[in-house]
Amino acid sequence: MIISIASGKGGTGKTTIATNMAFSLAQKDNCPACEQAGVQLLDCDVEEPNGYIFIKPKVELRETVFLDVPQIDEEKCTHCGECAKVCAYNAIFVADNKVILFPQLCHSCGGCSYFCPQNAISEVGHEIGEIAAGSAYGIEFAYGKLNIGEIVAPPLIKKLKERINEDKVVIIDAPPGTSCPVIEAVKGSDFCLLVTEPTPFGLNDLKLAVEMLKVLKVPFAVLINRWNEEYFEIDSYCNKENIPILIRIPLERKIAEVYSEGSLFSKELPEWQETFCKLFDSIVELSK
Amino acid sequence: MKIAISSTGNDLLSQVDPRFGRCQKFLIFDSETLGFEAVPNEAVNAAGGAGIKAAQLAVDNGAKVVITGSIGPNAFNVLSGAGVQVFAGATRNIQSAIDDYKAGKLQKVNQATNGPGARG
Amino acid sequence: MKELTVLSGKGGTGKTSLVGAFAVLAENKVMIDCDVDAADLHLILKPEVKETNDFYGLNEYLINRDICIECGKCEELCRFKAIDNFQIDVISCEGCGICFLACPVSAIETKGRICGQWFISKTKYGPLVHAKLGIAQENSGKLVAEVRKAAKKMAQKKGISLVITDGSPGIGCPVIASLSGTDLVLIVTEPTVSGVHDLERILDLCAHFKIKSLVCINKFDLNLKKTREIEELCKERKVEVAGKIDYDPIFTKALIKGMPVVEFSDGETSRRIKTLWENIYEKLNV
Repeated sequence: MIISIASGKGGTGKTTIATNMAFSLAQKDNCPACEQAGVQLLDCDVEEPNGYIFIKPKVELRETVFLDVPQIDEEKCTHCGECAKVCAYNAIFVADNKVILFPQLCHSCGGCSYFCPQNAISEVGHEIGEIAAGSAYGIEFAYGKLNIGEIVAPPLIKKLKERINEDKVVIIDAPPGTSCPVIEAVKGSDFCLLVTEPTPFGLNDLKLAVEMLKVLKVPFAVLINRWNEEYFEIDSYCNKENIPILIRIPLERKIAEVYSEGSLFSKELPEWQETFCKLFDSIVELSK
Repeated sequence: MKIAISSTGNDLLSQVDPRFGRCQKFLIFDSETLGFEAVPNEAVNAAGGAGIKAAQLAVDNGAKVVITGSIGPNAFNVLSGAGVQVFAGATRNIQSAIDDYKAGKLQKVNQATNGPGARG
Repeated sequence: MKELTVLSGKGGTGKTSLVGAFAVLAENKVMIDCDVDAADLHLILKPEVKETNDFYGLNEYLINRDICIECGKCEELCRFKAIDNFQIDVISCEGCGICFLACPVSAIETKGRICGQWFISKTKYGPLVHAKLGIAQENSGKLVAEVRKAAKKMAQKKGISLVITDGSPGIGCPVIASLSGTDLVLIVTEPTVSGVHDLERILDLCAHFKIKSLVCINKFDLNLKKTREIEELCKERKVEVAGKIDYDPIFTKALIKGMPVVEFSDGETSRRIKTLWENIYEKLNV
C-alpha cells in the first residue's frame, strides 16, 4: 500500500502529516496490522528534505547518487557534432577541436552515446545528491537530498523510490507543486492525500493538485490543515467536485509550537494518534 | 571573417536582439564579401541550455566573432572555448552594431554579462 | 534597473503575502510571480490580463501505429520507461527524442507542446508578469526565465527602475532561474526547525551564485529560541536580518479578503512590514 502526501502549495503541512501519520501507524498499540506489516516513510522532497528533523532516525546507510552522463574519448572523437545535434537538453557543445559537456543539464537519456558514429562516448557517474536511510520509532525512514546547484531532481526521487517495499505501509512525502519532481514522487501510488489550508492560496493550489492527480489517475482525498471557521470555499469546492475531506486539523498554536521545535505533535499530544489511524483506515477503504 | 549577430529580423536594418541564447535569429555577416545570411535560432524554444545551442549554431556557421546584447556564462564559456570572440552591449540595428564593432566601440566580453545559466 | 527576488525555501512562510505588501509600498516597479508551479500572487493583486503568450516545452512524441512495425527498438532504448506496448506515455516521457531518431521506419511523429502560458497584466499597483504552468509539465525553469525577461524588457521600455520577483520554492531549477542576475535576495523564513534548515540551504545557494541576501524572520514570536538561532546563523554568515514580523492572524485574514496585508490593516504588523520595506529599499540602492 503506497500513500503519497502532496499539496499544490508548499507550507501547508505535508511533512507534518506524513511524519505524524507514519509515527501513529508504527506504534504497536494503535494498529497491530500496520505495525506488523511495517511502516516505511520516504521523504521525496529532495530539494528541501525536512522529514528527518521530526523522525530523527539513526542513519544506517548513506548512498551517493550518480546520474550517468557522457564522457568523450578524445582519441576516437572526430568532432562531427552528431552528439550535440541529438541532445534535446543542449548539454553538449562541439567545436572544431573540442567537446564541452554540461553534466548539470543532462537527463541521462543515452542518446549521445547511442548515436555517436565513432563509438567515442561512454558514460560516467555525475554526483547529483545522496540518499540516507535509517529507522526510528519503528519507522523505516529514507530521504534524498539534492546537491546545491543541481537542477534535475527526478532521477534522485526515482532512486529513492527503489527502496519501496509494497508489502509495507509506504508513506511518501512528495515535494510541493505539480511539476516533474512531484509527478515522479506521486506516480505509482495507490492513494494520494492532498493537504491544503483554508485560504484562497490553499484553494488555488489544491485545484492544481487535483488536476494533476486526475492526469495521473491516482485516487485522492483532502485533508484541511490549520482549520478555522473563517473560510469555507475549500468545502464548497470539494462538495462540488465530489472530493472527500477526510479530516481537519485545527489551527492551534500548540501544534505550531511543537512543529517549530522539530517534534511530532502526535507524540506530544497522543490523542492525535487515533485520528491518524482512522485516517489511514478511511484511505484503505477509499482506495479499494 | 564571419560575424554572428543576434538579430530580431532578416536584414542589416533589423534591431539587434538583446538576448543571445533565445534571440530570434542570427545574422551571419561576412566581413570580406560584405554578404550576409539570416539563420533562424533553433534554440529560441529550447527547454534548457539555449545559450549552448545558440553558440553551437554560431560556431557551425563559421562565426569567429559574436555580437549581442548580453550573454550568459554557459554560452560565453563555450564560445571562448571554441576561440570565438564575444562583444556585448549592442543595442541599435545590425548595421550600426557592425560599424561600432569595426570602430572598436563595442565592449569585448571577458566574462558572462548575466547571471548563472545551466537552468533546466 | 534593480531586481529584488524574494525566496523562502520552504513554503508557508508568508513570502507571497509579503511580496503582495511590497507591491503596495514600492513605487514605480514591475511585479513578477516566478512561483509558476503554484502561482498565488494574482490572488492578492487581482490582475487584469492584457497579453497572453503560449509557452512551449520539450517536444511531444507519438507513435503512428499505421507505420510502426513493432520492432521494439524504441522501447529498448527509452531510459525513462515511457514506451510500453508501442505507446508513449506522455507523463513519463522526458522528450529526449531518441525513439524519434532511432525508429527504423520513421513511425514516430513529433510536435511542439504548449505546456504553459504567461501573461502581462495590469493591476492597481502597477504591471504584473505572471505565468501558469500546465499540469504535469516540466521546464518551469525555462518559463521562469521567460517571465523575467518579459518583465525586464517592459521595465526598460517604460523607464521603470525596480523589479520585484516572488521566487519559487525549493533550491532546484526554477529557483536558480529566478536567481540569475538578480541584485538582492530577500529570504523569508520562520523560527521552526524546518525553517532554519531551509534557510541554510538557500543561503548556500546564494553563496554559490555570489548573490547578496537579506533575511526576514516571519512569525518570530512563535519560537524565540529558534529566532535567536536564526539571528546567530545570519551573524555567522554575515547576512543582515532586515526585519522581524509577529505571528499575526492578520496575514490569513487579509488573504481571505484577497487584500495586501498593509492595505487591510494599519496595525503593528503592517508598520513592521513598512520598516522592513524601507530597509530593503535602501539596500537596493535604486
